[in-house]
Amino acid sequence: MNTTLTIALSKGRIFKETLPLLAHAGIVPVDDPDTSRKLILDTNHPEIKLVIIRASDVPTYVEYGAADVGVAGKDVLMEHGGDGLYEPLDLKIARCRLMLAGPASGKNGEARMRIATKYVASTRRYFAAQGKQVEIIKLYGSMELAPLVGLADRIVDVVDTGNTLRANGLEPLEHIADISSRLIVNKASMKMKHAAVKTLIERIGEAVAAKEKTKV
Amino acid sequence: MIDRSFSEKDRWLLPEGIEEVLPQQAEHLERLRRDLLDLFHGWGYELVIPPLIEYLESLLIGTGDDLDVQTFKLIDQLTGRLMGVRADMTPQVARIDAHRLKREAPTRLCYIDTVLRTYPSGFTRSRSPLQIGAELYGHAGIESDVEVLHLMVEMLAATGIEQAHIDLGHVGIFRALTHDAGLEREQEMALFNALQRKAKPEIEELLAQLAMSQEQRRRLTCLVDLNGGEEVLVEASAVLSTAGGRTLAALDNLRQIAALARRRMPSVPLHFDLAELRGYHYQTGLVYAAFVPGHGQEIARGGRYDDIGKVFGRARPATGFSADLNTLISLSAATPYQVRAILAPDDNADDQNLQALVRELRQRGERVIHALPGAGGDIREMGCDRTLERREGKWTVVSL
Repeated sequence: MNTTLTIALSKGRIFKETLPLLAHAGIVPVDDPDTSRKLILDTNHPEIKLVIIRASDVPTYVEYGAADVGVAGKDVLMEHGGDGLYEPLDLKIARCRLMLAGPASGKNGEARMRIATKYVASTRRYFAAQGKQVEIIKLYGSMELAPLVGLADRIVDVVDTGNTLRANGLEPLEHIADISSRLIVNKASMKMKHAAVKTLIERIGEAVAAKEKTKV
Repeated sequence: MIDRSFSEKDRWLLPEGIEEVLPQQAEHLERLRRDLLDLFHGWGYELVIPPLIEYLESLLIGTGDDLDVQTFKLIDQLTGRLMGVRADMTPQVARIDAHRLKREAPTRLCYIDTVLRTYPSGFTRSRSPLQIGAELYGHAGIESDVEVLHLMVEMLAATGIEQAHIDLGHVGIFRALTHDAGLEREQEMALFNALQRKAKPEIEELLAQLAMSQEQRRRLTCLVDLNGGEEVLVEASAVLSTAGGRTLAALDNLRQIAALARRRMPSVPLHFDLAELRGYHYQTGLVYAAFVPGHGQEIARGGRYDDIGKVFGRARPATGFSADLNTLISLSAATPYQVRAILAPDDNADDQNLQALVRELRQRGERVIHALPGAGGDIREMGCDRTLERREGKWTVVSL
C-alpha cells in the first residue's frame, strides 16, 4: 500500500483516546506530541502522517483535503455545518452532552433571552426549531461566568460531569445533543484513496465495537 | 463583525469572492475557452448566451430553495418587479430549449459565462464562477447520458486534467427506496442529508425511529456502503434483489449506462457511489461528478433532469453537465500560454519595408509591438523576447 494518508487530530483528550483505536488499525505514532514540537508526526508507516491541530480546525483541514481523515467532536461538526465531508463512524470517545444551562432561579418570562455560547450556529438552530427568538452572545471560553456577571441569562456549552456548572451555581436545563467524536473523511480521499481509507474505517470500526463490548 | 468604513487605502479592494483576471491568466483562460467551445462545436453543441439578468420568477421556476438563496436580487426600475442575476445557467438554457427553439429533433446547447452567487463556494471561495456546460434535450435513452458524460471527460482532458476520478450514481434508486418505505418529505430529506455525509450512525438512528419493514430498513442502510469500483454494481444487485420494480429499473439503467460508457471510453476508469445524490431536487436519473486528488468538492458534475422543461410548459428529456472554468484552470496541469512578442521600432510611416514586414508577422499570428518614443521601463515587461533590427539594409527578427 503506497497511498499516503494524512490523519488530523487535536491534542489532549481526543488524541489520547484515538491512539488505541489507531493502534488496532496498526498505526502507531513515532513522536509524542507532548514532547515533540513537530506539527506533523511520523508513524510506524512511512506513508501515514498525523497532523496535530486545534479541534475546531479539524473539519476545515479535512474538507479542503489538507488531511484525508480526521477525528472531530460532533459539537465541532455541528458548528462547522454543511455536507462538505463524510462522517462515517462514531468513535464513541470524548463523550459529553451539549446542554442549555442557567441559574436555578433564572428568569423564564416572555422577554427575549440572552444566551452566551461558543456554539453560535447550533444554538441558533436549536432555538429556531422551537420557534424561540433569542439573542446570542459569542464567547470563546469560561461560559459559566456569563450568567453570574449578568452578561447572559443562559449558556449553551458541552457538559461532561456537570461539576463546573454546579460549582458556579448553574444547573443543566435542557439536553440539546449527545456529543462524541466522529471519524471524518475528505470526499475526494474517500473516492481516490478508496482501498486505504475503507480499510482504515473498517479497522477502527472493529476497535470501537470491541471496546463497546468490554464496557457492557 | 462587518467593517463598513472605507479608507483611502482600501477602497480599491474587491468584494469577497469577486475576482479580476490579469493578463497572463486571462490569455490562458481565453485560449482554453476557445478550445472548449471548438470542442463543443465539433460535437454539435450550439452556443447560446442567456441574459445576465431576468425576472426572478422565470429564473427560479422549478428549482430548489438553494438557488433562491444563492441569487442576487434587485428591483427593475421600469416595472417595479424583482429581478435576479443568474446564479446558475442551467434553468435559463432549459427555458431557451422549451420556449424559444421548440424543436422536435434533439437539441444540443452549450454555454459559458459568469454567474453570481451570494455565498462563496468551493476551494476558490468564489462568488463569481465562470460557468461552462453542455445540455442535450429531447432524448431519454442511455445513449444521450453517455454522450454528455463522454463530452465532460473530453472537456476535462482538454483543460489538462487527465486523471479525473469519475463517480456515477442514480437518484432513482434512493427515490424509489424511500417511496416504497412510505417516507414523508421531511423524513426523506433528513435521511438524504445524513446520506450525503455518509453519517452511518445517524442513518441507523433515523431509520430505527421510522416505521418500515426490516427489509426496507436494511436496503436503505446499505446504500451508504455501496461505493467503489465496478464491484459495487454486482454488490448492489445482490443486496437490492428483493426491492421494488422501480428500484431495480433504476439500478438496471445505471448498469446499462456503465456498460455503454465502458465501451465508449475504455481508458476511463468508472467508479460508483449510490449514496451520492448531487442536485437531488431536480435530477431524475443518472448523476455523476468528477474529482481530482486533494480537492474535496467535485470539479464538474452532471446528470439527467427530465422534469425541468415541464415548468416551462414543455416537458423534454434533458441531460447535461456544468463546471467552473476558473476552478478547472487552477487544477490544470497544462503550462500557461507564454506570450512572446517582437518589438518593432517606432512606426513613423516612412519605411514601407518595415510596415510590410510588421503586417506580415501579425498575419502569421505574431504579436508585434511598436516602441513608443521616450517610454521608459524594460521591454521584457511587455513580453518581448525579440526585436526588429535593420541588418545589412534589411529588417530582421533578432532574439534578445
